[in-house]
Amino acid sequence: MTHISLKVDGTTYEDDVEPRLLLIHYLRDRLGLTGTPIGCDTSNCGSCTVDLDGESVKSCSLLAVQADGGEITTVQGLAQDGELSELQKAFHARHALQCGYCTPGMIMAARDLLREHPHPTPDEVRHGLEGNLCRCTGYQNIVRAVLDVSEEEVKA
Amino acid sequence: MIPPAFEYARPSSVDEAVRTLADGGEDAKFLAGGQSLLPLLRMRLAFPELLVDLGRVPELRGVREDDGTLVIGAMTTHHHVLHDPLVRRHAGLLAAATATVADPAVRHRGTLGGSLAHADPAGDLPAVVLAMDGELVAVGPRGRRVIPAREFFVDYLQTALAPDELLVEVRVPKTDGWGFKYEKFHRVAQAWPIVGVAALVRRDDGHIAEARVGLSNMGSTPLRAATAEEALSGASDPDAVARAAEEAADGTRPAQDTSGSPEYRAHLARVLTKRAVLAAAGMG
Repeated sequence: MTHISLKVDGTTYEDDVEPRLLLIHYLRDRLGLTGTPIGCDTSNCGSCTVDLDGESVKSCSLLAVQADGGEITTVQGLAQDGELSELQKAFHARHALQCGYCTPGMIMAARDLLREHPHPTPDEVRHGLEGNLCRCTGYQNIVRAVLDVSEEEVKA
Repeated sequence: MIPPAFEYARPSSVDEAVRTLADGGEDAKFLAGGQSLLPLLRMRLAFPELLVDLGRVPELRGVREDDGTLVIGAMTTHHHVLHDPLVRRHAGLLAAATATVADPAVRHRGTLGGSLAHADPAGDLPAVVLAMDGELVAVGPRGRRVIPAREFFVDYLQTALAPDELLVEVRVPKTDGWGFKYEKFHRVAQAWPIVGVAALVRRDDGHIAEARVGLSNMGSTPLRAATAEEALSGASDPDAVARAAEEAADGTRPAQDTSGSPEYRAHLARVLTKRAVLAAAGMG
């Protein structure tokens, strides 16, 4: 067992874990943070994307012990005082989902994209999200939602 | 799937990492960014007894200049490499190819050294470092040695690194003034290239003075298109480049798999070499 200390969505957790425990399993099975789903389990689909120390990562391709000492944000940490983030609102307003399984990862990847490119072109949005697969929507409304947020920021 | 159980160590220096691996027995492995190794563990294709995590060894990260050479720490992430000002200025081919590796989240964790040591011939970066005439620096219990990229890639997923050696640095000569282009072909947004071509071109007085062409996925290791390189020397117009590119698959042994036949890959190598060299030479 290896001792880890992690801050997840603002709360610090101390735990002893097996080194082989994947971060996604730690988040879901130990902390009960099931808002982040497991999709392909082969690092292709991106549905398990979370933020580690300010960068998007696929939490199925990371050991919990590798994240020791880090600060993690999951999709469940985005809303503040019950108010959805702008990106979450845009996904809602644009209906940027059908089954919704890819949505947490899509939102976390889009958040990372907007941090690096606050005003992306549609092409940059598509490339920025290429590690996240959606099998329902054809991506159109997802791209529109991300562009909505960048335009909101321009107006504000 | 859940990976098999293993012991875990997290050294904070190169010396400690090498010592820990040596003490860990036959099935001890280094863990770099984990973007290739963790999927292998989850699929139960690898069973290390000990993983030595290099994630907290600061001396393995970062980019510096050494006269005409860029020295890139093996644990420098793809994300860092492609945004690094020194890499962008002096090793444009590496920056451009790195920007096409996997996706942003994988690039945040995956490392240059990890992808070279993994030595997947379908990987993007082995062919790039080979085309750049790079060198790889290894440290082991018997000391430090420099391995030219041409000798580093031995076979499919096999390198010249001894089992107890750690890849610590990647050294690439600066290619200021060279044109460059990385071309790869795949069917979906996120996949290994069916074939990839890394081209570097130095022009002199309107013609190609020297061309270097690295090939991804045209054999069990990354390869140089030596016959095409020779034929490109002196080429002064697109027709001459196109003729030389016809030799791009010479001496290669591409695999047969679900993405294509050897003949199809040879065709792609010729087409992509023409495109990449024309673009690198500013003739496109």
